Amino acid sequence: MERTALRRRLTWQVGTVTEVRDETETARTIVLDAPDWPGHLAGQHVDVRLTAPDGYRASRSYSISSAWTGEGVELTVEQVPDGEVSPYLVEVLKVGDPLELRGPVGGWFVWRPEQAGPIQLIGGGSGVVPLMAMLRAHGTAASTTPVRLLYSVRRPASVIYVKDLKELAASEDVDLTFVYTREAPAGEPRVGRIDAALLQAKAFAPADDLTTYVCGPTPFVEAVADLLVTGGHDPARVRTERFGPTGGPR
Amino acid sequence: MSADVPTYLDGNAAAGALREVFAVDLTAAIGKCTGCGHSAVFAEAHVYVDAPGMVARCPGCDNVLLRVVSTPNDTYLDLRGLTYLRISNTP
Amino acid sequence: MGIISPGFTGRGRSGSDLPPGQYLTQDFPVLSAGPTPHVLPEHWEFTIATESGEMHRWDWAAFQRLPAEEITRDLHCVTRWSKLATDWKGVSLDALFEDVETAADFVMAHSYGGYTTNLPLEDLLDGQAWIAYQYDGEPLAAEHGGPARLLVPHLYLWKSAKWVRGLVLSDTDDLGFWETAGYHEYGDPWKEQRYAGD
Repeated sequence: MERTALRRRLTWQVGTVTEVRDETETARTIVLDAPDWPGHLAGQHVDVRLTAPDGYRASRSYSISSAWTGEGVELTVEQVPDGEVSPYLVEVLKVGDPLELRGPVGGWFVWRPEQAGPIQLIGGGSGVVPLMAMLRAHGTAASTTPVRLLYSVRRPASVIYVKDLKELAASEDVDLTFVYTREAPAGEPRVGRIDAALLQAKAFAPADDLTTYVCGPTPFVEAVADLLVTGGHDPARVRTERFGPTGGPR
Repeated sequence: MSADVPTYLDGNAAAGALREVFAVDLTAAIGKCTGCGHSAVFAEAHVYVDAPGMVARCPGCDNVLLRVVSTPNDTYLDLRGLTYLRISNTP
Repeated sequence: MGIISPGFTGRGRSGSDLPPGQYLTQDFPVLSAGPTPHVLPEHWEFTIATESGEMHRWDWAAFQRLPAEEITRDLHCVTRWSKLATDWKGVSLDALFEDVETAADFVMAHSYGGYTTNLPLEDLLDGQAWIAYQYDGEPLAAEHGGPARLLVPHLYLWKSAKWVRGLVLSDTDDLGFWETAGYHEYGDPWKEQRYAGD
């Protein structure tokens, strides 16, 4: 699968929306059928291109949230206030609509089930999306690799994949910690950003065969990566993916 | 003013544009900067996308490593800021 | 290949008073190809270097003593947004070139941060271009090119170099940052000169 996925020239193809799922008030998962889809690795993303009737075009990158199971691909899109592409994807796009895609792309921020060593996932906001694909791939492969997710969100209502995450966390190989930065649920006293003490308490300690994946807005990724490296993690084993307010050319 | 919030993304954001041109994924390739000699995986480059083209800069010294401009007919690729790109032969 | 995305219109609206392929925007998008330089006025300097190597220099105080003009112009960015009737204050390039002797035809603008763009000298003179330091009545913000930027509103906005620090005159038409990567050497929005060869 992987060779065919990576060895031919990539260009735009038209997929069809087969399902949409609202994850939160502002995030939506879009399920697509793409006839030429070669399969994907957990952590990869796709470029999406929209074209207006007068020819105006806009494109953005979105992470894939599903594990490859032989058909279809799922994206989860968080609506950006004043955005141009994300409001369309979250509010306008409907089942049966065509959507232009280019992907899958990216070969660095990926997790392969055969990869050695525990995995530490750290996501900020919709940065959880590619990490969710990794967790799902972990489940699909029935992997016994220990995996921990630190998921930083503003408030409980911002959590994407609540139900799926709780199911995945039932596995003894999966450990899940929510970090609330603005408002925590009852019984959760800590409100604040990820810091060194939290990493110490909840994340894997630096180890030779550990791989850490950090995804979120650029300032989040910079802050977490600095904490990890300062805390003794090998920078070469910390993989990062940043997204911005627009996430694409304008 | 928002000038202190970084506006860059990273090399992952350039993956799609580069895969239109290259037969292999370049985000996992190692690039060496002509400016400061720093070598790192291309995924860690700072990539600016809110611009007329895509500009990847060295995270160490901000030297321009790579530029990609897609016009309706052609893709322009400038790699002059890279001494080399080291691409694994085993994908 | 191409499909229409059902129900997608994009953020902008085209209008008959805009150059071809442009869309109107009300906000002021910030484009950046690198980190934003933060140049303090006390460290700022603007130079014009002639083809014979003669240098003309202004520090912030000397620059501020030059006659300033208030100008209102439309802006057209090659990424397809246009913003109408923007208000600026700046020094006309005519004032800066008053004591500059040159027979050169071409100019390369250089910016703090390393950006460059090329222009014909005749497009900078005769009331067509300014070094602007105020936008909408306020000191020009760093994200928009402050403390001072070139303003050449009759060409696509990439020619209006942000954080400008100097002009170098030349007999040859060399290409700047975007012009060496496929953008048009001149960039007239009304002729839709976006890319090399347009």
